[in-house]
Amino acid sequence: MGNQNNDKLLEMTIPQLLRWRVATTGDKVALREKDFGCWNSYTWAQYYEYTRNTGLGLREIGFAKDDKIAIISDNIPEVLYVAIGAQAVGGISAGIYQTSLPHEIAQILEYLEVTIVFCDDQEQVDKLVEIRDKIPAVKKVIYEDPRGMRGYQSDSWFMFIDDLCKLGAEAHQVDSNSFEALVDAGQPDDACHLCLTSGTTGLPKGSILTHRNYINMGLQLTACDPLEDTDEYVSFLPFAWIGEQMNSFGVAMATGITLNFPESVETSMEDLKEIGPHFMFGAPRIYETIRSQIWLKIDESYWLNKVVYNYFIKIGEQAAGYRMSGREMPRKLKVLSWLGKQILFRPLVNQIGLLRLRRAYTGGAALGPELFTFYQAIGVNLKQIYGQTEIVGIAYMHRDGDVRPDTVGKPLPGTECRISEEGEILSRSLSVTQGYYKLDEKTAELLEGGWLHSGDAGYIDDNGHLVVIDRVSDVMHNDKGEMFSPMFLENRLKFSPYIKEAVIYGDKREFVAALINIDPIVVGKWAEDKGVSYTTYMDLSAKPEVAELVKGEVDKINANAEKVHFKIKRFGILYKLLDMDDGELTKTGKIRRKFVKEKYQNLYDALYEPDTTEKQVEAFYQYQDGQTTKVDTTICFYTMDIR
Amino acid sequence: MTQLSIENVTLTFGGLHALSEVNLTIEPGLITSIIGPNGAGKTSLLNCISGFYHPTKGDIYYGKRCLTHASPHTVSNMGIARAFQNLELFSGLSVLDNLLLARHQNLRYNFFQAVFYFGKAAREEARNRAYVEEVVDFMELEPYRKKMVGNLSYGVQKRVEVARALTLAPDLLLLDEPMAGMNIEEKEDIVRFIIDIQKERGSTVVLVEHDLGVVMDISDVIYVFDFGELIGSGTPAEVAKNPKVIEAYIGEE
Repeated sequence: MGNQNNDKLLEMTIPQLLRWRVATTGDKVALREKDFGCWNSYTWAQYYEYTRNTGLGLREIGFAKDDKIAIISDNIPEVLYVAIGAQAVGGISAGIYQTSLPHEIAQILEYLEVTIVFCDDQEQVDKLVEIRDKIPAVKKVIYEDPRGMRGYQSDSWFMFIDDLCKLGAEAHQVDSNSFEALVDAGQPDDACHLCLTSGTTGLPKGSILTHRNYINMGLQLTACDPLEDTDEYVSFLPFAWIGEQMNSFGVAMATGITLNFPESVETSMEDLKEIGPHFMFGAPRIYETIRSQIWLKIDESYWLNKVVYNYFIKIGEQAAGYRMSGREMPRKLKVLSWLGKQILFRPLVNQIGLLRLRRAYTGGAALGPELFTFYQAIGVNLKQIYGQTEIVGIAYMHRDGDVRPDTVGKPLPGTECRISEEGEILSRSLSVTQGYYKLDEKTAELLEGGWLHSGDAGYIDDNGHLVVIDRVSDVMHNDKGEMFSPMFLENRLKFSPYIKEAVIYGDKREFVAALINIDPIVVGKWAEDKGVSYTTYMDLSAKPEVAELVKGEVDKINANAEKVHFKIKRFGILYKLLDMDDGELTKTGKIRRKFVKEKYQNLYDALYEPDTTEKQVEAFYQYQDGQTTKVDTTICFYTMDIR
Repeated sequence: MTQLSIENVTLTFGGLHALSEVNLTIEPGLITSIIGPNGAGKTSLLNCISGFYHPTKGDIYYGKRCLTHASPHTVSNMGIARAFQNLELFSGLSVLDNLLLARHQNLRYNFFQAVFYFGKAAREEARNRAYVEEVVDFMELEPYRKKMVGNLSYGVQKRVEVARALTLAPDLLLLDEPMAGMNIEEKEDIVRFIIDIQKERGSTVVLVEHDLGVVMDISDVIYVFDFGELIGSGTPAEVAKNPKVIEAYIGEE
């Protein structure tokens, strides 16, 4: 495909591009969904037909141009039929996280002026029932899975998706040109989707994204990393996140690859093995989990396996060092790394289903440098990307053979990058949003001077790679006015396999301190091996042996600290994992700093009382049914030996 | 029409009366619960229905057919399935194999067809697998499909046990303490499954359960047993007011 083709695609809307795909590769499989244990395929032609029926059906129930439809669903093909169907008739789609609580959903629906909601199952429908009187603007709720919906069938507020499609199909029979005319009427610069930015504070903001925004992103990404239209992608990220939309709207439409939908959220990793995708995208957590699983399996394996693994992983890491920087390998290393690949790494990677993978992208948060080396060593081409919702997810990316773990790579073609005087990263491209929905002031700040203000502090290094430090607003200063980045230090801690999550404190204080969450699986296994018995996560966290282990890890990090004031002087091990449901993390897994600090104020105070070695705390647990239990526990605090 | 009727059933082991003169009926499409203190005869009654025990006196009718002396496999062929209190699964087989195995009696092909896996044999196996997959979906067992049963958590094994009974496509499902040993969340799930089994699959459910809260919530009819005797019956509200039941079950004030 040449540039000419790209220019043509950039002039299309997503529904127009879908129609164009039907004309070029109509019989090729576009979507595949696992259901009842079988993979069911849908061609581009069927994809278009379903989308048409859904779109026309929506129109029949009063969904008009510029109306909004919200989607609260796990990843299933119907999500795309509904979203693109709505876009085809001139509407705007919006995704809401499945984990959202009812009152959050109510706020979002009201803010985005949503008139129709699509839910996948009873779980989501029940949330809407709960807030029904708060969302008078919502005219219809469409559901996909009739299971458990028997009580709602007599209520006309609810509608089964098959009934909607039937309406659409009938409308198409009456006038077979109406849908084509609606698709033709779309303009590439029309808003097509409102993507919620999770925001570490307050209500999410809806970024207005256009057809061209998405298609441009897909084209520019694949200009660097080409994909064949026979390639496979497994759709397992939440649809409400830009990371999924950029693939299902942007990349899939721009390249014609096949999207695969797992059977359920729990089976997605198993289903991924069956598909063997050619590229994948995920938050760091996914890659950390996969590596932990490999480590655990190797650890449980018999001695010969361990010896072979431990030998070749070192060879692999050395070879990866050369490969990532594009240098020529010495002959001996080349032979050994080839051998390692054949006898160990290929079968290993095949076991996790990534053998066909050409590229894996990580984004959303920082990933430990040794993780890059690890994945490159076993032959998975893992690369960092960087971008925001407001620029359709990816704007910067490592190029093959130039993977530097401390950077986020170079801008995509057509993306301009500038660093402001305050050190903020600014970008400009065809993928930049038109602004936030109904938030003119915020939009003006975001797009001041025609550049997208990322809110991240960063710089461009000598190789032309962008380096991201932290959120401009999150950078902290100690009492001597020396600057440090809490996220940077937290990531250092999280790079240890034993540490799952960490919160760094030290703003306007005399030193840096941390609250640490141990990793339940890795530390659990470690405790088992050491013969340390424990019952719950809380119990494990409070073990003195575990404290020693963490102390050792913090020592290592302190030894490598670039500056003296980066060193962590005191820490405590938190008795519970930070969690989204408790409001401590955002939906994308970032720490809500202010909330966490207030919630654990007593622990924060204790961290800065050098004489306090332990503190009694009351932990509250809330069950699903709203009951709470109180547990008393003791938290110990440890002071590190630093100069 | 009454689906199952138990008429004057007495079951004795030597001198011990496990059940004495029990009369009750199970109506189609309802959730009927059987409650009572330990040793009240609840499981003995289920054993009589499913053919593991045969009543010493009295008769059991399923529709018009007499089950009094039927063997367990005849009972299951009639459309009565049972999930056991103590898991009766093959712990060394996968979830899928356990479920497929439960349907062996529904397979209709001969030895030669089976040897060559040809024609009818392949079709029948595919049909069975499709049915089992439908149950897997219904009981939300997808993540465990290929896992060995012995390695699964107790709560999931309980779900497999219920699923195994469901693969027989029963008209009458006997559940023996499906919630024993579960945490709140697992219980909520099982309750949802039981209601769905009744409402969406149209099976009649007989539930033996200790958790009174659950029983009062979901039952249409409750029978209360004590020392092998039926001491009360009715809707949850009626049973809750019955002084004999309160005395036997909750104890005297």
